[in-house]
Amino acid sequence: MTSLVGKRSLSLSRIAIYALLMFAVLLYLVPLVVMLLTSFKTPEDISTGNLLSWPSVITGIGWVKAWATVDGYFWNSIKITVPAVLASTAIGALNGYVLSMWRFRGSQLFFGLLLFGCFLPFQTVLLPASFTLGKMGLASTTTGLVIVHIVYGLAFTTLFFRNYYVSIPDALVKAARLDGAGFFTIFRRIILPMSTPIIMVCLIWQFTQIWNDFLFGVVFSSGDSQPITVALNNLVNTSTGVKEYNVDMAAAMIAGLPTLLVYVVAGKYFVRGLTAGAVKG
Amino acid sequence: MATLELRNVNKTYGAGLPDTLKNIELSIKDGEFLILVGPSGCGKSTLMNCIAGLENITGGAIMIDDQDVSGMSPKDRDIAMVFQSYALYPTMSVRENIEFGLKIRKMPQSAIDEEVARVAKLLQIEHLLNRKPGQLSGGQQQRVAMGRALARRPKIYLFDEPLSNLDAKLRVEMRTEMKLMHQRLKTTTVYVTHDQIEAMTLGDKVAVMKDGIIQQFGTPKQIYNDPANLFVASFIGSPPMNFIGLRLKRQDGRLMAVLDSGQARCELPLGMQDAGLEDRDVIVGIRPEQIIVAAQEPNGLPTLRAEVTVTEPTGPDTLVFVQLNGVKVCCRLAPDTAPQVGESLNLQFDPAKVLLFDAQTGERLGVSLPAQNTLGDNVAQFKGR
Amino acid sequence: MNSTAAFRKVSPFDALQRWLPKLVLAPSMFIVLVGFYGYILWTFVLSFTRSTFLPNYTWAGLAQYQRLFENDRWWVASKNLLVFGGLFIGITLVIGVTLAVLLDQRIRREGFIRTIYLYPMALSMIVTGTAWKWLLNPGMGLDKLLRDWGWEGFRLDWLIDPDRVVYCLVIAAVWQASGFIMAMFLAGLRGVDQSIIRAAQIDGASLPRIYWKVVLPSLRPVFFSAVMILAHIAIKSFDLVAAMTAGGPGYSSDLPAMFMYSFTFSRGQMGMGSASAILMLGAILAIIVPYLYSELRAKRND
Repeated sequence: MTSLVGKRSLSLSRIAIYALLMFAVLLYLVPLVVMLLTSFKTPEDISTGNLLSWPSVITGIGWVKAWATVDGYFWNSIKITVPAVLASTAIGALNGYVLSMWRFRGSQLFFGLLLFGCFLPFQTVLLPASFTLGKMGLASTTTGLVIVHIVYGLAFTTLFFRNYYVSIPDALVKAARLDGAGFFTIFRRIILPMSTPIIMVCLIWQFTQIWNDFLFGVVFSSGDSQPITVALNNLVNTSTGVKEYNVDMAAAMIAGLPTLLVYVVAGKYFVRGLTAGAVKG
Repeated sequence: MATLELRNVNKTYGAGLPDTLKNIELSIKDGEFLILVGPSGCGKSTLMNCIAGLENITGGAIMIDDQDVSGMSPKDRDIAMVFQSYALYPTMSVRENIEFGLKIRKMPQSAIDEEVARVAKLLQIEHLLNRKPGQLSGGQQQRVAMGRALARRPKIYLFDEPLSNLDAKLRVEMRTEMKLMHQRLKTTTVYVTHDQIEAMTLGDKVAVMKDGIIQQFGTPKQIYNDPANLFVASFIGSPPMNFIGLRLKRQDGRLMAVLDSGQARCELPLGMQDAGLEDRDVIVGIRPEQIIVAAQEPNGLPTLRAEVTVTEPTGPDTLVFVQLNGVKVCCRLAPDTAPQVGESLNLQFDPAKVLLFDAQTGERLGVSLPAQNTLGDNVAQFKGR
Repeated sequence: MNSTAAFRKVSPFDALQRWLPKLVLAPSMFIVLVGFYGYILWTFVLSFTRSTFLPNYTWAGLAQYQRLFENDRWWVASKNLLVFGGLFIGITLVIGVTLAVLLDQRIRREGFIRTIYLYPMALSMIVTGTAWKWLLNPGMGLDKLLRDWGWEGFRLDWLIDPDRVVYCLVIAAVWQASGFIMAMFLAGLRGVDQSIIRAAQIDGASLPRIYWKVVLPSLRPVFFSAVMILAHIAIKSFDLVAAMTAGGPGYSSDLPAMFMYSFTFSRGQMGMGSASAILMLGAILAIIVPYLYSELRAKRND
């Protein structure tokens, strides 16, 4: 489409376009700005000022209090997210490898079943999953949550890797087999070195999904094993006492910063993950 | 180096599906160059994959050096393959690509280094050893792919359309190089191509395939001069053989084919005396180079005057098209004897070289094996359908 | 031709190699069969039982579904889903497509702008819900801001208005997802065949006309994908409701996902909760199956 707009001159229509785009930028940024501003205010400033009013004194007490409240839960999220991301990515990679290069009867059917699983409303599995975790003695533990995230992340990670690997010509695998390489050797020495882009996409996608999850957190954990999203919701939605919006906003920032940072640093992989999942394969 | 024999090889992809390979029988001697040629979908690549062990056969046996390898995995068959897309490992250097198979076989590093050096020298890729495949041109990649195969010193080399991805000029150069290398190294080779020129120039033996069946197996000369059926005759040779459908007449006890150019007619006497061939729909096949301008003095060969409809000067020849029996017929003439469009010229035919095919089945009619003995260790088999 | 003993030796290594792909896939196959389809079946079964606080496998026929249909809250939740879903999908599409078309005009700093439009997708719905809950706070949020800026008497109390609270959910959800739709369409626009556009230009069409009549229609597949994904997000919306309104005031902003959680885990009505989950599944199937069917048919036709 770039051929259409020939001159990049400052015609009226171009000014209008930029104006619209900038307006949209503002709309997208305002909530973040407000959150930040509010988090650095005192409760007095909040009740006397408005959303965008500058604080009379910039203070970090909101943050201190927020951190004190969500501290343990933040680390819970890390304990849950890191293993789950690594495990689901690794399994997804192997699955994708098998599904694209070592097809056998039934593997396509399995892939179809898996694909369907991407659309699963998790509500349909919550109860049985909690029964199972209970029987395994893993109810309300971070380990239980890790397992749940691995199980229900498999569909996406496998999809990512499989779609990436099908574009690798299978003459490569044939050549390796003729050279005498076996299943794992081919994976380790040929496929894996070629997989860096998709590994990045998968890690970042999974990190975002699992860190941001709330449903599994609220169903499968309680008390000390809760992730930060659950803790944040509890904090913000307690109706007892005076609402301390600065603390609430600071806590929200704490919960949101990790994924936001990942996005800022490695955003292009995130986008690739979004569009890879979206363009139906 | 080894012999290769395929005995009654069959392959289906599943019950109910048509056979991909049907009753494949052929055998080549140690050091011979076998070409599998045919149109897309004829099964040549599948056959090659079966020989390599990358796919299973559902019937028959594959023998390498009189050993049945049909159940063996690819790596145990001691076979090396060069792929159409070269299939070089993209994250490894050229050296590592060549070493890969040797390392898996646990060769000592000093021996590996020797092999790499030998192969690099042979293919003139020494200066490329530390580059990655992405940094090489098509021709260079092709050489590296060959180097990877050569380093393994296998019993049999398989080439799957290795020249198809090269541009025309490079293709001709590499073709000659391959022939030279084969003459030097005397490696048993199976080579798949859809290009009939490669088939004719490179092969000791050629198997023409269609729909999973070997239509004909023989030397390039046999395939060219003695095609077993219509398909083989039409596939090999460029420009392709002319085919004229007509009915034979019996006259004075001899079978005749009557050619009509619109201005004149002539009769081609055909040697066969077989009864039952007259009044039967046949197809007469004449190669373009077998139609020549008639000599000034009559020499007993049938001649026909025809009008030229199209001429195509190719440089070394001029292709002249005339209408015979309503069919566009191509004649390959020397450029200086070629007439202009609209002019008429006297054409001369040699009935001894004319081929007859059944119009329904496409089978060659009237066995006319040339005098030379075509029987030997490798029987020229006529299979057609 | 002399033949020697035709032995078909298959080494143990080869046998293992043949089984390896299947072995590697097996655990995942097991997980999928049990954890996906097995559990769905289990929930399905539960929806026909008399389970309340604990599973109770006494057959109850369609009683739970009946109770659902007689439950006012479920009706509110379902109606909300239609309203929320419809508005969410519609508005997000419009904004997403518009932004994509604008960004397609060779904008300077396009990458930077795109990054800003997309960052909300990196946030948890809880964070989004929390932020917008504050922004839409009646009395201290946007309305106070606008009053301070001069718009006297401006009130924005949708958050506590049972009839309008759903719109708050829509606003937050649109803010989160429109960047994603923009990215999808931008990618689609970039993939449009240039020659069609040049033909239209030669025919004398103006730029907006070209977009409207030529380019956007060719992006139909992207539209369908986008609608599917947005519908999927809408049906599963739980985090947003929990953070912004907890279903309130009362249950006027309830959505099926919230209903299911509430009844299953807080109110000890596992049977009803399971039934609601199955209905949610039905809703998703009702959208995916026709889509997949038309996709497969399209593939078969070309």
